[in-house]
Amino acid sequence: MDEKRESDPTSVRNRTTVERKSERELVVTRSFNGPARIVFEAWTKPELFTRWWVPKSMGMSLRSCEMDVRVGGKYRLEFEPDAMAFFGTYLEVTPHSRLVWTNEESGEGGPVTTVTFEEQRGKTLLVMHELYPSKEALDAAGTGAADAMVETFAQLDDLLVTLGAGVGRS
Amino acid sequence: MVQYSRARFDASFAALSDATRRGVLEQLGRADASITDLADKFHMTLTGMKKHVGVLEQAGLVITEKVGRVRTCRLGLSRLEEEAAWIERYRRLWDARFDELDKVVEELTRKEKVDGRKKRE
Repeated sequence: MDEKRESDPTSVRNRTTVERKSERELVVTRSFNGPARIVFEAWTKPELFTRWWVPKSMGMSLRSCEMDVRVGGKYRLEFEPDAMAFFGTYLEVTPHSRLVWTNEESGEGGPVTTVTFEEQRGKTLLVMHELYPSKEALDAAGTGAADAMVETFAQLDDLLVTLGAGVGRS
Repeated sequence: MVQYSRARFDASFAALSDATRRGVLEQLGRADASITDLADKFHMTLTGMKKHVGVLEQAGLVITEKVGRVRTCRLGLSRLEEEAAWIERYRRLWDARFDELDKVVEELTRKEKVDGRKKRE
């Protein structure tokens, strides 16, 4: 019974926000119902990372996920059915509080991603910051990603609209 | 982005300064249409309608697509709306990911509590 009561506040859905902070920066924030140590683990252990990073609704899955989480270490994510890959290098690794890595799959225009984990009363505030080398690179990522992912996202959109309609318009 | 938008706004206002073009937008708001359909509806020559659609297309207010021999027109998103739409798509992607991450974090947190209790026993 105690357990149930404890988990009640956590059943409130956390909200994801995205903001274009400047011409070169995007910031994503979200709270999680668990300590920073666990959220950090979910970003740095491949067996956990693969469980959430590609939502089922995307219609893709990860074929492989390698992460050498230390300064200068590399990561590589490979998808199926298409052979798309994301890869880069960790620039900073501070356990349970901060991760910084490069995104090298699109060459020079790739952003540097910084994720910070801040624990507040057993919850974790996650801030993901992407810094692009130029305004043009961020604009291109937006339209490029949008074009490349239209189909994938259409699927996701449909699902979310269905879910949203069920919740919001009842 | 501000300078960029201003040029866009100028193009949009110029495009909207004509009654026929406003009518075309209204029409496309109801349904997509070919240039021939639009020319018929507005009692114009095909060439005249092509010019109007060209101005609307330049301003990003209309998107045209040629399928076979027919060019179909539909309402386009303005650049600002495009950016907002892109950010919203990006937000939804991360929201979906984070919903899954929520499950992982909550499961591990729960497990840890249970394990902690077991150890104390």
